Amino acid sequence: MKALHNFLEKKVKPNFVEGGKLSRFWVVYDSLETFAFTPGHVTKKGAHIRDSIDLKRTMFLVIVAMVPALLFGMWNAGHQYYLSIGEVSTADPYSAMLWEKFQVGLLKTLPLIVVSYGVGLGIEFIFAGLRKHSINEGFLVSGMLIPLIMPVDVPLWMVAVATAFAVIIGKEVFGGTGMNILNVALTARAFLFFAYPKQMSGEIWIHDVAASASNGMLADGYTGATALGHLANTVGKPVDGEVAGSVMGMFGDAGMYSFMDSFLGLIPGCIGETSALAILIGAGILIWTGIGSWRIMLSFLIGGLAMGAIFNAFGANAYMTLPAVHQIVIGGFMFGMVFMATDPVTAAQTNTGKIIYGFFGGFFSIMIRVFNPAYPEGVMMAILFMNVMAPMIDHYVIQSNIKRRMKRTALATATA
Amino acid sequence: MAKAIRIRKGSDIRLLGVADKTLENPARTDLYAVKPTDFHGLTPKLVAREGDRVKAGDVLFFDKYNDSIKYNAPVSGTVDEVVRGEKRRILEVRIKADAQNEFKDFGAKSASSMSATDLRAHLLEGGCWPLIQQRPFAIVANPESTPKSIFVAGFDSSPLAPDGDFVMEGEADNFKEGLAALKVLADGKPVHLGVRPDSKAFNGVDAQVHHVSGPHPAGNPGVQIHHIDPINKGEVVWTIAAQDVANIGRFLRTGKFDMQRVVALTGAQVNQPKYYRVTVGANVSSMLKGQIKDDNTRVISGNVLTGDHITTDGFLGYYHHQITAIPEGKEPKFMLTDGWLSPGLKKFSLSHAYPTWLMPKSKRFNLDTNSNGEDRAFVVTGQYEKVFPFDIYPVQLVKSIIVNDIDSMEKLGIYEVAPEDFALCEYACTSKIEVQDIVREGLDTIMKEFS
Repeated sequence: MKALHNFLEKKVKPNFVEGGKLSRFWVVYDSLETFAFTPGHVTKKGAHIRDSIDLKRTMFLVIVAMVPALLFGMWNAGHQYYLSIGEVSTADPYSAMLWEKFQVGLLKTLPLIVVSYGVGLGIEFIFAGLRKHSINEGFLVSGMLIPLIMPVDVPLWMVAVATAFAVIIGKEVFGGTGMNILNVALTARAFLFFAYPKQMSGEIWIHDVAASASNGMLADGYTGATALGHLANTVGKPVDGEVAGSVMGMFGDAGMYSFMDSFLGLIPGCIGETSALAILIGAGILIWTGIGSWRIMLSFLIGGLAMGAIFNAFGANAYMTLPAVHQIVIGGFMFGMVFMATDPVTAAQTNTGKIIYGFFGGFFSIMIRVFNPAYPEGVMMAILFMNVMAPMIDHYVIQSNIKRRMKRTALATATA
Repeated sequence: MAKAIRIRKGSDIRLLGVADKTLENPARTDLYAVKPTDFHGLTPKLVAREGDRVKAGDVLFFDKYNDSIKYNAPVSGTVDEVVRGEKRRILEVRIKADAQNEFKDFGAKSASSMSATDLRAHLLEGGCWPLIQQRPFAIVANPESTPKSIFVAGFDSSPLAPDGDFVMEGEADNFKEGLAALKVLADGKPVHLGVRPDSKAFNGVDAQVHHVSGPHPAGNPGVQIHHIDPINKGEVVWTIAAQDVANIGRFLRTGKFDMQRVVALTGAQVNQPKYYRVTVGANVSSMLKGQIKDDNTRVISGNVLTGDHITTDGFLGYYHHQITAIPEGKEPKFMLTDGWLSPGLKKFSLSHAYPTWLMPKSKRFNLDTNSNGEDRAFVVTGQYEKVFPFDIYPVQLVKSIIVNDIDSMEKLGIYEVAPEDFALCEYACTSKIEVQDIVREGLDTIMKEFS
């Protein structure tokens, strides 16, 4: 490897430094070189030794944590497709057509990942070049999160536009990585949701569902809607009415959205969000390595369960009667809890603040979802809202610390 | 009755090269230096000139803005060279030592029979004053200030730090006398002594003893002050290391300025890590002779977190009781073999991002000076808090310093901290932010604002 490094130093690098013929691409070279080789920078002042961790390792571990959800999501995309055209049955979800299912998902997901990274990193490079600073690794995670919260049949141009919007308006205008107020990936999703509401509802959650419907291949019960979409229909209708009955039937033990199927993720939804199990494996990795905040995840979970339980207690409509534990395994709740709410830049920064932030994040997720069926994905709204609130939460947490100190000072002056 | 204090936040960085508990007198060194840069914020006014003859205890320079604080020659000899840096700033005053040390006689005294004013004047005259530092600001104590308490550091918890008991062997009488002097200076205010619960060297001493357990930075006076008697705005606390209490005791008992220190030579690049008894300001070359493994070495006066980078013929820092030698890390690290994607079985990390945190606590690591990553925007939260045992929000305090918001700095508790208290935060930081430097800047700002 020394030979490779020497080659880079002697033959390649001179082209990119100031005065070289490719000097305008310095940031690109620099980021690639430091990607391959942790530079031989030694400490100059302060502590003479530094921890082995850097932002690359941190971001890499987050991506590792997303892999179970990603792989499962690819398989599930195919699984939902074959279910919708009746080629496989729900009775035996695993054994049949494993590779075929995975292939469908792979072919749909890979382009999403390429587009998301391509557009996002391209913009990052441009901004880093303009500002003459090195590339931060933050987008490595955002770029993977964006495909995971997209419907499987979302048009690629929409992903490109959303990613560009999220990176420029969501992040770079605030100063880049570490400075943004809103979670970048959620900004992309929210942008699509508000800019293209028509395209983002209905027929893109299961691969080719519209085509299957038009040529009569669609199996019974498949409309292309998600669990949240179905549930939203029950709002404002009597608890014991016909609509409520048929929808809630889907959430019964034998239904399409039974608790077990929802937990395992055998339901339609965004690519990475359906399997609570796969996401919890990711959560385990994040907590075990200490990268993700367990405080946020735990309080978020409790917040969601609390709101769910409150709804259960009232039961004013069918949606509210859905058990709290079932509420949290459908939609993007789990994914938001593990991968979105824990984003350290946009979450609360103090430990106490994290608990408050997480709790209300989970609480509002369920609340928005049920109260406002126009926004079935309550998690997205709740986390973005809490992102905005996070600095205020921290402010009050810190104020209490300041008050404690001022009280002590006052006491010292009084006794002196 | 000793009180127990348990520090939970923090971490011991387990480095290779713990000093063996054997004490040696190194081969004679004939070069000594007093470095004005060891005293933060000092503007020295030279008294001795190059070529002057000095006795041990003669004034070399004094503080331009507080001329009662004198800095004396540690040994007798000839002022060899005044080393200057940029803008003719004085870096070192070097003395070529005589074969036989000749002491200026300050007269033997008993602290307990002196008044606080007399004792203070005596210590200032004898050049012992700079041994006492003050919080806030972590600078040489202002002799005009009245401390609300005095803290003696009975141990050091930094990586590879010398053993608190071992360095005090044979110093019990000097320590007792020094402590008596502190009692007089404290003028009725408490004198606190922080020791490890299993410490035996300080049995029966006349001070408020605290048994401090827990990981680094438990030994930092700042941490102990915070947990025992926190500093509020306008208050001053003095701090001093146990060895220097003994030095004050020796000065009082003998009347001679004879600043000795038991120094631990430590670190992975040292052949035989052990202890040496030297005079403060000694050239380290005689100690290091035959002890350094190879050229790829950084020699540090002090510990790896807060010490100063010196050369192999540099000088022991005024407050240091440790020399550390670790490998330099100038080699780039390929991502898969030993970079950020590697399994990292040799990489020590306070985070759990590398599997080494699962290894037994007895396992020690060889860390080099590589920064292990590049400067980045502040992203990862919660890291500083894990190693910062204060009821203070470290990140917010650092941010208030960066934006130069004096009001917020005060409110967030800047009077209670010193750069060394943030050393572990700096070590742990994913974004490689120079936290100690920032804190020092903040303290300077506050000092300027109120002086």
